[in-house]
Amino acid sequence: MKLSARSIEAIESFGLPLAALAGALLLFGVFVWFGGKSPLEAWALLFKGAFGDWFSWQNSLQRAAPLMLTALCVAIPARAGLIVIGGEGALVLGGLACAGLPYLLALPANAFGTALLLLAAAAAGAAWIALVGVLRQWRGVNETISSLLLAYTAIALFKHIVEGPMRDPASLNKPSTRPLAEGLRIVGMFDSDVHWGLVYGVVACIALGVWLFFTTQGFATRVVGGNARAARLVGLPSTRIIVVACAIGGACAGLAGGIEVAAVHTNANASLIAGLGYAGILVAFVARQNPWLVMPVAVLFGGFGAAGSLLQRRLGVPDASVLVLQGFAFLLILASDALRGRLFVPAARDAVAHPVLATSLTPKEAT
Amino acid sequence: MSADAGTGALMANVLVAVLGGAIRVGTPFLMVSLGECITEKSGRINLGLEGVLVFSAMAGFGGAYLSGSPWIGVLAAGLSGALLALLHGIVCSLPRVNDIATGIALMLLGSGLAFYLGKPLIQPQAPQIPSLPLGEWSDSAQVRAALQINVLFPIGVLLALLCTWAFRSTRFGLVLRMAGDSSDAARALGYSVNGIRIAATTLGGFIAGLGGASLSLYYPGSWNEGLSSGQGLIAVALVIFARWSPLRCLGAALLFGGAGALGPALQSVGISQGYYLFNAVPYVLTLLILVWTCSPRRSLKGAPMELGVSR
Repeated sequence: MKLSARSIEAIESFGLPLAALAGALLLFGVFVWFGGKSPLEAWALLFKGAFGDWFSWQNSLQRAAPLMLTALCVAIPARAGLIVIGGEGALVLGGLACAGLPYLLALPANAFGTALLLLAAAAAGAAWIALVGVLRQWRGVNETISSLLLAYTAIALFKHIVEGPMRDPASLNKPSTRPLAEGLRIVGMFDSDVHWGLVYGVVACIALGVWLFFTTQGFATRVVGGNARAARLVGLPSTRIIVVACAIGGACAGLAGGIEVAAVHTNANASLIAGLGYAGILVAFVARQNPWLVMPVAVLFGGFGAAGSLLQRRLGVPDASVLVLQGFAFLLILASDALRGRLFVPAARDAVAHPVLATSLTPKEAT
Repeated sequence: MSADAGTGALMANVLVAVLGGAIRVGTPFLMVSLGECITEKSGRINLGLEGVLVFSAMAGFGGAYLSGSPWIGVLAAGLSGALLALLHGIVCSLPRVNDIATGIALMLLGSGLAFYLGKPLIQPQAPQIPSLPLGEWSDSAQVRAALQINVLFPIGVLLALLCTWAFRSTRFGLVLRMAGDSSDAARALGYSVNGIRIAATTLGGFIAGLGGASLSLYYPGSWNEGLSSGQGLIAVALVIFARWSPLRCLGAALLFGGAGALGPALQSVGISQGYYLFNAVPYVLTLLILVWTCSPRRSLKGAPMELGVSR
């Protein structure tokens, strides 16, 4: 079979992740089977819990909203050549800023007030991750490590403030901040459980995709991430571009925290620290750091999360089964990358010149 | 005078508690950072040691509970840690696979497997690792309590010494460092770089698994899902803090353990202000040291040249 280089690339970039996902489901079935349960039933429940009916769709979409935004916190800096894994820190600080703004200002209890809350959340997250970029450019501190350290620092700060200065005296068993006023909260769309946060996530993904692929700034960002030396040679302001990319990513993760507080928890408490930032890393890598692909992948993984409780109830397996499935999926999708460019006749492959990547930290180009 | 003496005694209590805590809390740190150190010396980062730690803590607890012997538990923990790390080593050896992303995948998989398989282990009690009563000479109950030392701690110290010696003067240690500093040189001498790295990652996983056993079989000494508070991830920072030297890993682990013990120690004498902030001290400290010692013009001193982080 003779295929053009372009169609081979397209087949590989969609086919390989899908095949890996199928493999992960298969492995998961084997795993469940070892535990003495029926894998067929597990698969059926997984589908039913994620996308079986309108109720599960609502649950899945609700979980997908923060995942899209935390995935952007990985994907955008990755396009500038940085692997940032501390989105969790930006998320909790965003949540804290959102819950904390009413302590400082009397906000109007309407959409304008909500916008201010979300702006504060995004600003907090942006500052936190921008710091990662600044440290990397100014002192050469590795961004992966520093973002992780800053995430732990942010979580400690969050717990300290929520249980100390900003604690609502009425929250006895579960320390939390004062709840947001009724008018400031984000409500469900069209009388459903899916809140408007999903729209923010989708808009952010589409807009950042356009920015990345169709604007000069986005192109410059990709040049810096793809080949730092070429970027220096043509005189791109690498430092500014990297810090801006980090700030954009951080703003997304901060927004995710703000939305979680304003739409789900209504105040800032420890439930916000639920690993959404780490799940975002998974989503971003599966989507190959492409903001548009982040959307369907986030819905898929949101669906897996939603199916966890159904699996637990109906099949009697621990809710951690979803974590196992995610682990299998992530590992296989990463491993499937090794097959890229090897599935078809080599003669056709010569037409595509793959850039030689110098470091293991350089993100792979998807388009 | 009584107020002064009271404060003095209070401070002494806190100090003894922090010293004891440094060893108690620091033992898993020591093990997991030694494991990470060996892995990184060969030129790879294993962020998945967090998953290894949780999974091996569960396996160790399960092994000790089912067999009735804590030592079989320790062995089970080490072997299960090695198994999971072997998976990391193999997947990272495939072309174009990023070791950091694989580490995060392993973190998810390891904790997922541990929570799944460990569900029935949350209630029961398992036989614990014995402790060495090094404080018998003292008649103060606090000193005696603080010097009840986990048997795994001296084993960790020995391992740190052994690693230092092996890196300097054994064939295996030199080849391992060569794979980490120049994979081209290792290839030129006919060694399989991937083979060396897989071996180093697996060995590192075994040692990190001993840290898991220390968590579930000594302190806190039970299995639950919140057992590890990110020690496996902190180990990566700790190794940088220790500049890739096993002996300095020992010092760093004690420092991090002591900082982690400071919050509870102050809480026990009635100072509960800033409990979480004290817990964050090690992270901030590591970051400050990185800011201070890194430079955009050269890589970190002592860092393996092939390591992604040092480029």
